[in-house]
Amino acid sequence: MAIPVTAPMVGKILNLVAKPGDQVNEDDTLIVMEAMKMEIEIVAPSSGTVTDINVAPGDSVDPDTVVAVIA
Amino acid sequence: MDRALLVGLEGLTAGFRGLDWQHAVMIAVGCVLVYLAISRGLEPLLLLPIGFGAIIVNIPGSNLMEPGGILRTIYDAGVATELFPVLIFIGIGAMTDFGPLLENPRILLLGAAGQFGIFLTLLFALALGFPPLQAISIGVIGAMDGPTAIYVTSRYAPELLGAVSVAAYSYMSLVPLIQPPIMRLLTTKDEKMIVMPAVRATVSKRTRILFPIVVTIAGALVAPQGAPLLGSIMLGNLMRESGVVERLANMAANELTNIVTLLLGISIGATMEAGRFLNPITLAIFALGFVAICLDTVFGVLFGKLMCFLTGGKVNPLIGAAGISAYPMAARVVQGEGQRYNRRNYLLMHAMGANTGGQIGSIMAASIMLSVVTGLGYG
Repeated sequence: MAIPVTAPMVGKILNLVAKPGDQVNEDDTLIVMEAMKMEIEIVAPSSGTVTDINVAPGDSVDPDTVVAVIA
Repeated sequence: MDRALLVGLEGLTAGFRGLDWQHAVMIAVGCVLVYLAISRGLEPLLLLPIGFGAIIVNIPGSNLMEPGGILRTIYDAGVATELFPVLIFIGIGAMTDFGPLLENPRILLLGAAGQFGIFLTLLFALALGFPPLQAISIGVIGAMDGPTAIYVTSRYAPELLGAVSVAAYSYMSLVPLIQPPIMRLLTTKDEKMIVMPAVRATVSKRTRILFPIVVTIAGALVAPQGAPLLGSIMLGNLMRESGVVERLANMAANELTNIVTLLLGISIGATMEAGRFLNPITLAIFALGFVAICLDTVFGVLFGKLMCFLTGGKVNPLIGAAGISAYPMAARVVQGEGQRYNRRNYLLMHAMGANTGGQIGSIMAASIMLSVVTGLGYG
């Protein structure tokens, strides 16, 4: 089952830690974003395989942006 | 001729001859502040000029704070008149996003709770024998808001300005060290792990524009003596949110704030003359300032726990710690602590709401004290 990962708040993507095809465990860092000049780690909500990374460094995101998908 | 030359050369040694241990200590204190600013990154925008001001004002014979001295001129023009803190508040208003607060207005209550420490510290200072106006200035350190502390102190206890300002900015920079132990002590593991939903931008532009106007009118009517503080931060915010004076908003947030920060910092440093700074009162001010920030954090978190209880566990009490001002440092501390116990917990925006509420709360607390003091006939 595909699990979408959304950005937790308004901000900007800083760098991508995971890439499509990576096996990740629950709470592993997928993406690092910046909000209010603070680095925020977006983590995997469950274990699985990263199937999509939908953002790139520099992209602006809001709480509804699906930044990655895990299956 | 030889004698005249010798007398002239003696002038070159006047600085050394006038140097006593108190000057040396204060020059060392200034160097420590500069070191902390550069090497440790502690509030560098203010501690660097404050430290440098403390160094040069304690050079015997420099006469920088004597009538006509350059630092005295800057001090009289901007600190004694309370102009610098007000100008900085315009810049802070232009930088502050009240959006997270407007999305969840009840969080403003945390900003009010985070000010209890001010009033308790005021009572402690009175109990220690400080005169009322000095006690108020010391209590306002607990506002964790530098310009507010400087504004109140320059108005009512200018003789304490150096100690109060350095204490306020030092403790603000130490928020990441001071707050977490208190937050951990006062909350259970389950409370720390409470996840709050993402803050979505639903507030209209009209509300964002009306907010600074309404707050200014209502706040200034309640506590008129605080109108310069509240009015200036809200003017900056109105310029930001209106979208029609982008040039002015950018200028206030950048050039104006930068220039005034430099002048304010060096003026405050210049108040740290050995004779005025090296005394037990300074130590008492630092101790009471520490008590103030701790109490603010305690009351903020306890009120957060109350909100958690009243909402059936929907509010993470950690965000109460951001109810003190110290914007945006305290909110970042909350985010760090929240994610420490639950990796999928993102409290930053909720904490920013409490933090901006704390800014308003600290200004209102100071305004109320100013108005009460004026009403009592002290002002």
